[in-house]
Amino acid sequence: MASSIISRENRAGWVFVAPALALLGVFMVYPIFWSLWMSFQTGKGMNFKFGGFGNMIRLTKDPVLHHALSNTLIFLVVQVPVMIVLALLFAVALNNPRLRGRSVLRTAIFLPCVTSLVAYSVLFKSMFATDGVVNDTLIMLHIINTPIGWMIEPFWAKVLIILAITWRWTGYNMVFYLAALQNIDPAIYEAARIDGVPAWARFLKITVPMLKPVILFTTVLSTIGTLQLFDEVNTITASAGAGGNPADATLTLSLYIYNLLFKYVPSYGYAATVSWLIVIMVALLSWIQFQFAKER
Amino acid sequence: MNRIGNLLMQASLWLAAFVSVFPFYWMVVGASNTAVDITGGKITYGSELLVNIGKFFALPNIPRIFANSFLVAIVGTVLTLTVTSLAGYGFEIFRSKTRDKVFGGLLLLLSVPFAALIVPLFMMFSRAGLMNSYVGIMLPGIAAIFMIFYFRQNTKAFPHELRDAALLDGLKEWQVFLYIYVPVMRSTYAAAMIIVFMTNWNSYLWPLMVVQKNEMKTITLQVASLASAYTPDYGLIMIANVLATLPTILVFFLLQRRFVEGMLGSVK
Repeated sequence: MASSIISRENRAGWVFVAPALALLGVFMVYPIFWSLWMSFQTGKGMNFKFGGFGNMIRLTKDPVLHHALSNTLIFLVVQVPVMIVLALLFAVALNNPRLRGRSVLRTAIFLPCVTSLVAYSVLFKSMFATDGVVNDTLIMLHIINTPIGWMIEPFWAKVLIILAITWRWTGYNMVFYLAALQNIDPAIYEAARIDGVPAWARFLKITVPMLKPVILFTTVLSTIGTLQLFDEVNTITASAGAGGNPADATLTLSLYIYNLLFKYVPSYGYAATVSWLIVIMVALLSWIQFQFAKER
Repeated sequence: MNRIGNLLMQASLWLAAFVSVFPFYWMVVGASNTAVDITGGKITYGSELLVNIGKFFALPNIPRIFANSFLVAIVGTVLTLTVTSLAGYGFEIFRSKTRDKVFGGLLLLLSVPFAALIVPLFMMFSRAGLMNSYVGIMLPGIAAIFMIFYFRQNTKAFPHELRDAALLDGLKEWQVFLYIYVPVMRSTYAAAMIIVFMTNWNSYLWPLMVVQKNEMKTITLQVASLASAYTPDYGLIMIANVLATLPTILVFFLLQRRFVEGMLGSVK
């Protein structure tokens, strides 16, 4: 009797999870193995032949790929820490109940993440035009004398992409920290204040350690997101048009995969190999971040 | 010193808020200006609003494109909520060692970036004749692992006694789910709905690959293709952008509390 209930429950359990598992099997697990297999195939278009490690060797010799890889890493190393620190500072400041206008401020800083990546990219592209509103403002404030070629000079094109991503995602990360701050007992801060611990030390010695799990979670998510960066560079700089060539300065791995599939004669095997490079980097960086979080 | 610090902090917060909101103002004002004025940095309301609106609706298939976006986003959301809530419920209510291991495997899959799947998915869909179809746009995103995770976490708060009592009353498992779980968890569903709807509405890379015909475009693809023109007509683009962003802004302001709760529900 008891065992028949268990087996009935077990059957019901499988029935409930079956649709999701079937879909994931077809549209995720199967493609993963397929793309592994494909990364050992060479040939243009739909003509495949076994190429052994040919694609991996091509990875090491492909200057465009090296460009895409170093751009992606620059975005990662500069943008993710800047954004995480900004989001943390905003969250701590907005967590102060005596701050006036805090719900307005919170909503405003969060608002960017309702926009689609394409929509906000277009806004940035138009605001950062050479004669555009951003250059006008910077000149008016005497910060610069001549307009910056945001979409012409390679260095500034990178800065533009970093500014754009930071605008879109800082509020998003801030919300996670704000929620986690609710779980810290205010008495801890009170005790530290009475003991004369200054504000910056309270931030570094209490807030940051208490928020470590959330910081880790958001850092891993941001790392995965940045390694797959596509929409912004494809919209803002890839088709910037006349003058200079910022497309190269902001070429990312995902954009390169897209180009391998659609811009040139499709080379599916090699594109799959590049995508596995991203997978390996995600796995490696997540692992490093977890180790780092465990140690401290 | 402390007061200066405080003032500085407040000033930087308001500056951040200004920077966050300005592009929205820019978008709305831009819709009333010409392309030349926009790239020239004009930040005041202009006289070209009706001209831009006229140009936008003169583009081919505009009503159809909005219909596509709504259809894909709404149907996709319903399917995602159905499939992922069934799975989340199944994983949490009917615990077994094997299923717990399968669930652990799903979390591992969560770290596989979409980029790794693009190539085979693209080949699969073109061979299956699913290019330029609604099914093709929606299918890969339905079983969203993040959402399975979310529903499982939230199901922990679902009182098991409710299910036990219903089973004693003679209800079948699917009836318990449909008539008890779904109504009890409606705020969980509401939060999930907002997030999935926004994701679907804003989705870009996959639709870009599947859709080649103009009449199958979504509004996000339409904005992107206007923006990739050699000399983009920004007035026109701003109108397209306002209309493309309006649904998600409305959803956000109408359901702001739920939205934030939903986002956080999955990390608790």
